[in-house]
Amino acid sequence: MTLTGYLRADGRKGIRNGIVVTYLVECAHHVAREIVYPFRERGVQLIGFSGCYPNAYSHKMMERLCTHPNTGAALLVSLGCEGFNKGALLDTVRRSGRPARLVVIQDTGGTRKSIAEGQAWIEQTLEQLQATPRAQMGINELIVGTKCGGSDATSGLTANPAMGRAFDFLVEQKAACIFEETGELIGMESWMAERAATPELGQEIIKTVGKAARYYATLGHASFAPGNADGGLTTIEEKSLGAYAKSGQSRISGILKPGDVPITGGLYLMDMIPDGEVRFGFPNINDNAEVAEMIACGAHLVMFSTGRGSVVGSAVSPIIKVCANPKTYKRMADDMDVDAGRILEGRATLDEVGREIYDLLIEVAQGKPTKSEALGHQEFVLTYKSFEPLGPACFPSAA
Amino acid sequence: MPFFQKTDGSGVLLLAPRDNIAVATAELAAGSEREVAGHKVVLKDGVDVGHKFAVRRIASGSRIIKYGAPIGVAIRDIDAGEYVHTHNMASDYLPTYTLEEGHKFVKEVK
Repeated sequence: MTLTGYLRADGRKGIRNGIVVTYLVECAHHVAREIVYPFRERGVQLIGFSGCYPNAYSHKMMERLCTHPNTGAALLVSLGCEGFNKGALLDTVRRSGRPARLVVIQDTGGTRKSIAEGQAWIEQTLEQLQATPRAQMGINELIVGTKCGGSDATSGLTANPAMGRAFDFLVEQKAACIFEETGELIGMESWMAERAATPELGQEIIKTVGKAARYYATLGHASFAPGNADGGLTTIEEKSLGAYAKSGQSRISGILKPGDVPITGGLYLMDMIPDGEVRFGFPNINDNAEVAEMIACGAHLVMFSTGRGSVVGSAVSPIIKVCANPKTYKRMADDMDVDAGRILEGRATLDEVGREIYDLLIEVAQGKPTKSEALGHQEFVLTYKSFEPLGPACFPSAA
Repeated sequence: MPFFQKTDGSGVLLLAPRDNIAVATAELAAGSEREVAGHKVVLKDGVDVGHKFAVRRIASGSRIIKYGAPIGVAIRDIDAGEYVHTHNMASDYLPTYTLEEGHKFVKEVK
């Protein structure tokens, strides 16, 4: 099985050929959004960082997203006086061989002139991207993430284990697969450690979940929304069991932190809980925070399960929506790519739905738009965080 | 972690042999009778799809087991056939937040 990807000057291969327009502080958000608006159905997407103060994590996230394999070019929109290191970001994007442009609103002469300048550049760059070379791309070059959002008690029974089956198929073919949300793996740490490639990695996994439990305990709130309880989930442990099912049955090869690109195929746990003292508030202020982090790890696409009925998509990479609950699917079919609730109704087996997700994933990688993509969903969020580098046991080379 | 492949049409799923709760795969009415792992259970409450009920008596303070793993603790005695949720069980880790009970934690965990 071979795909056809977009070949970037840095050698990476994407499944989409988009342009990101990124605001570097909230004060530049409106201008960036207005620049995107007329091009929003032509692969031009809005991302950004609201904060005025520099932060190593958000800088790394921006670098990874602006040089993501699905990203063909980047337009940076700055107010001018914010703390973001725009020069360094511009330099990184240019060094990757991607067209890049910086519009500084204060230098350009305000809102109207900045929008005009940005749109002129987009118009010309879209044309330039038409000539992006195509290249053969193996399944082993794919990076895929998995996420659950708007979970209910059916998520862990149908959609999550079915996505886990799709992960198993991908890992067999040496794709890199990322599962995450250590805050929703609380209670699962020893089960996960048993699946680690090495005992040392197993210890690191237990430590990351312990960090998550401490973090949420300090904040006084688990990664648990009232809708989870309405949907029949009673505790974070129960939600964790369901969330854990997304990882499938493969051996766990390593740990990543947001923005770390996996160096080989295999199954990775993304540790998205900040290191050190509890700072900056909740680590996942909503589902898109982690979706953006997996995309920053290079995810070409993300499988997203929902029982309650989430409608979100994402900037940069397509989201495949797998609906866990048969009642929700009937109500919201327009937003759902896969009806995994058929498993509960006895109309399909787990393996059948897992295979269906895998097949769809290949079609999406070859260009088929997902439901959320076609509906124009491009949610994105990025907040402050701080991380320390990974320990040596977290890398697959240690295996 | 064990997974089931397909439901058997009974409307009930026991996910692992030692589980003390079963999951509804269809809306189950109060008063209806279901057989779970060879035992007859009369439902004391209605149970919606994906929600759970006790398959045997669970004493206050003992663990609720789903998929063979503990998902929390009974905070009062639970009868066989009773709906199991935030009113009769709690997390061993972090409190559960719902909007129903006055926008506050249903139960503070020590």
